[in-house]
Amino acid sequence: MFSSPEALGQALTEVGYLADDGLATAGFLALRLHRPVFLEGEAGVGKTAFAQAIATATGTPLIRLQCYEGLDAAQALYDWDFARQILHLRAMEASGGASDPKSLEAGLYDRRFLVARPLLQALESAPCVLLIDEVDRADDEFEAYLLELLADWAVTIPEVGRVVATTPPIVVVTSNRTREVHDALKRRCLYHWVDHPDQAREVAILRLRLPSVAEGLANQVAAATARLRELDLVKPPGVAEAIDWAQALHALGATAVNPALAASTLGAVLKVREDLDRVRPKLPVLLES
Amino acid sequence: MSGDPLDALLGFVAGARRAGVPASPDRVQAFARALCEVGDVYWTGRLTLCGSHEDIAHFDAAYRAWRQGVDGERPSVTGPPSTPRKLVVPFGVDGGAEGDGRGSDDVAAYASRHELLRTRDLAEMSTVERDEVRRLLALLRPVTPSRPGRRRTAYPRGEVDPKRTLRSTLRALGEPARLARRHRRDRPRRLVLLIDVSGSMAPYADALLRFAHAAVRHRPQSTEVFTLGTRLTRVTRALRTSDPEAALTAAGSAILDWSGGTRLGDGLAAFVTRYAHPGLARRATVVVFSDGWERGDTALLAQAAARLRRLVHKLVWVSPHRGKPGFAPTAGGLVAVLPHLDALVAGHSLEALAELVDTLQER
Repeated sequence: MFSSPEALGQALTEVGYLADDGLATAGFLALRLHRPVFLEGEAGVGKTAFAQAIATATGTPLIRLQCYEGLDAAQALYDWDFARQILHLRAMEASGGASDPKSLEAGLYDRRFLVARPLLQALESAPCVLLIDEVDRADDEFEAYLLELLADWAVTIPEVGRVVATTPPIVVVTSNRTREVHDALKRRCLYHWVDHPDQAREVAILRLRLPSVAEGLANQVAAATARLRELDLVKPPGVAEAIDWAQALHALGATAVNPALAASTLGAVLKVREDLDRVRPKLPVLLES
Repeated sequence: MSGDPLDALLGFVAGARRAGVPASPDRVQAFARALCEVGDVYWTGRLTLCGSHEDIAHFDAAYRAWRQGVDGERPSVTGPPSTPRKLVVPFGVDGGAEGDGRGSDDVAAYASRHELLRTRDLAEMSTVERDEVRRLLALLRPVTPSRPGRRRTAYPRGEVDPKRTLRSTLRALGEPARLARRHRRDRPRRLVLLIDVSGSMAPYADALLRFAHAAVRHRPQSTEVFTLGTRLTRVTRALRTSDPEAALTAAGSAILDWSGGTRLGDGLAAFVTRYAHPGLARRATVVVFSDGWERGDTALLAQAAARLRRLVHKLVWVSPHRGKPGFAPTAGGLVAVLPHLDALVAGHSLEALAELVDTLQER
């Protein structure tokens, strides 16, 4: 589909995502080697957006599994629709069609009573992009489900049999590092640490995502965001926050930032009170060109 | 790069491994396959051989060394050698006087000595006592009480479980069957240990790391250990080895700032920003082992402690001086953090550490 990492990077740019060399190579290898990409990095550096971009660039659907504590197979893989099964059973009884218990039982475990959750959906609708978001939030037992799935691209449902993906889906796993994910899972993946972009790249991202924003404004926002990241804040702003900030300023009709405008829109880029208190008095210095 | 390209590749991998990159055989296979697709050694190697953010620095070092080998005349590929450092932690004055006291068969004497050992300051022990304390430390089970989890499991009492009720109805061919019930399963609360390894805490560092090792060994998945000195080091992975000696050696080579100065405020602030705030310490019980000796600005330390307190379930501070007679929290750092603590306990002796285990078990 894509001949080189550069070609994939180009395609991602066209759908509004600027990937650096490492990320483009990771995406390219994921497509070629059918290996999942494991992305770690600060919140807001574009890990989730990468999955969305690669889905758009390859023209395949994106299936997202948001992980949370307590996530289990019934919510991630598949579940039987018991209510409909009971209804079916009662309907068969009422119509007198329940003469042969064997066929009745087979009918009960028909595919139409199976509710496919994201992981099964991804196997059935491949080619597609499967995003397993914030895997560190799920319990570590859950990673074991993923091991089987990512190794064989198949799941076994006792009543139905084995469901195998015709084409392995492109899998993107993201983690915020709230806990160390098992090596067994990481070993099967291409590991990439997503860093904050440098200033030139940030300007390019802002220009790409927000074409209507004035160039001067994009430059100023990128420069100020880069300086904010050096301040050792509780939550340094990510690319997402920079985009929000530029958008907020643009919505106010600004073509350049001054300290007053920045102060009134600072909530778009900093979300922790201590950070706001620290940065407010420094705004004039931060915005100096 | 002359000769067999595979040899050169394996040489590079060996160098990376020496530099500390976890280049397991399956990772190397993936590397070779990736290299066939994309000729870029740096990115294919980094993507396939690395497994965490820390690995990337090691990989970069190995790559630089390898490039030098390729560009220069050196035929072999070598990474920076990483000699495993032997862990040497001073354990205070070596008394040695009781060296052959163990020969005594007198059980009562042994028992009373045992009693004595429990309350003896960890910093003032002889080699023999220290060995015995090490054995006893390995027997401690530092655990936190469980917290209510999100996952539900079948249970005789509790709310009705619609799914299992329906399933049993289905088994009875649609006849209403017994109500199945479920409850929320309890989960272990995460325990995060922060150990000060600066000069003033050096006599206790070995014992505290052994305490941490006992915690990690007991609950590997819900315990995290960091050391604080002039920098912040995550040693959880090193301590997962079951043998205490091997684990301590591994941790020792991971900690680069043994017995250095204290920049407690910086270390704690770094922990809050890099780990606690993103989620590692949320809902967790956090225990800081430190005498609160701060060379830098105590305002920073107070601020970090305040932020940490808001993130965690319980913040416990362990100071070895707490257990000494006439103790008053006078160390600048300790005064600064005191308003933000749930508990300030002693950790100077085996008994004090055993008491700490009990404190941790309180809800």
